[in-house]
Amino acid sequence: MCLAIPGQVLSIDASGTLAREGSVAFAGVTKRISLAFVPDAAIGDFVIVHAGFAIARLDQDEAARTLAMLEAVPPEARA
Amino acid sequence: MRYVDEFRDPDAARRVADAIAATVTRAWTIMEICGGQTHAIVRYGIDRMLPGMLSLVHGPGCPVCVTPPGIIDAACAIASRPEVTLCTFGDMLRVPGHEQSLLAARTGGADVRMVYSPLDAVELARENPEREVVFLAIGFETTAPTSAMAVLQAERKGLANFSLLSSHVLVPPAMRQLLGDPTNRVQGFLAAGHVCAVAGYRDYHAIARQFRIPIVVTGFEPLDILQGILLCVRQLEENRADVENQYRRAVRHDGNRTARAAVGQVFEVQGQAWRGMGRIEDSGLALRSRFARFDAFKRFPEVRVPTERQTPCISGEVLRGVRKPDECPMFGKLCTPEHPLGATMVSSEGACAAYYRYRRAPEAA
Repeated sequence: MCLAIPGQVLSIDASGTLAREGSVAFAGVTKRISLAFVPDAAIGDFVIVHAGFAIARLDQDEAARTLAMLEAVPPEARA
Repeated sequence: MRYVDEFRDPDAARRVADAIAATVTRAWTIMEICGGQTHAIVRYGIDRMLPGMLSLVHGPGCPVCVTPPGIIDAACAIASRPEVTLCTFGDMLRVPGHEQSLLAARTGGADVRMVYSPLDAVELARENPEREVVFLAIGFETTAPTSAMAVLQAERKGLANFSLLSSHVLVPPAMRQLLGDPTNRVQGFLAAGHVCAVAGYRDYHAIARQFRIPIVVTGFEPLDILQGILLCVRQLEENRADVENQYRRAVRHDGNRTARAAVGQVFEVQGQAWRGMGRIEDSGLALRSRFARFDAFKRFPEVRVPTERQTPCISGEVLRGVRKPDECPMFGKLCTPEHPLGATMVSSEGACAAYYRYRRAPEAA
């Protein structure tokens, strides 16, 4: 239900608080998505989409930091 | 960065699982409260990568599953009216009420439609002014803004034939209820990343303090979940009870302010019944009086929501993490996704459906 998947904003067509929407590309599919809740999202940004709405803009720097933390987890002997 | 494959690397997963095993020195129980995470844990076998002392229990994290059967009864009653077109998310159609499911109501002649977004229901109302279009709105904090926007759009378009049957629920009150139960054995929480993407995690600080329990806001990919578990067991081993955010790429402390503002404009907090958990104070959302004309409960005042009746289904205990799906005598035999006895077998995010899909014993397959 809270399934939300990342997609990339290809275009932003309408502006105004309620009507802001655009096309968002997912793996192989492009859909019309409301961008009303991500006023800071720009073309090229990745957003998380749920029930036809982008609910968050993904932060590339934070994603890279999370991956770096995972990379830094040392291979340890099993307890 | 595509935000998917990077977080599914099997070598990194093995390393994090090893780090978890090296950290754990005694038995701990951690609960995830998100059906998407439950699905990923069972699908990728994440629980089977962990040391035996660490047990993961699945919480009330599937909105379809926690919707009380009485709401389905009310939706079926409204849908049976000849002038009504009832819309809801696809997952809801096969969920059994006390009498029947919405799918059965449709087979009996009711106009029941599946929509991808609440805005599709608004569009249907605009295109069919002679129909009463009702949207059965379920979901956590993640979904509530989409329902709020549907109401705001309907108002802006001046639609007189659109209404919302709201059964939205809020997660933190359910966490408090679980922790306050004397039989509780949950010692750490993985909080749902997409709930927090909207709502933020301000409300979790008080819960972590009051119940001395670590809470880690966690994403949905295998590496996210493993890292969330690692952060949580580190806290448990160090006797800390902090709120941490593993899912930083999508979740900010205050969540999504624009989405929260829309929810606050349209809805107010009210008590709400949960399947298997009873009524929980301040855990639901009702339309504010200013939007009463979009409230299906007011538009169809003769429709009542019956209280939950006892059934042989143990989904209440599954939702509270008290029992696992395969501990139910009916699992995979009398209860299957084709013939579900309870909601947890219906939704792909329900724990029973996930176990049925990925964990059936060979003789039951």
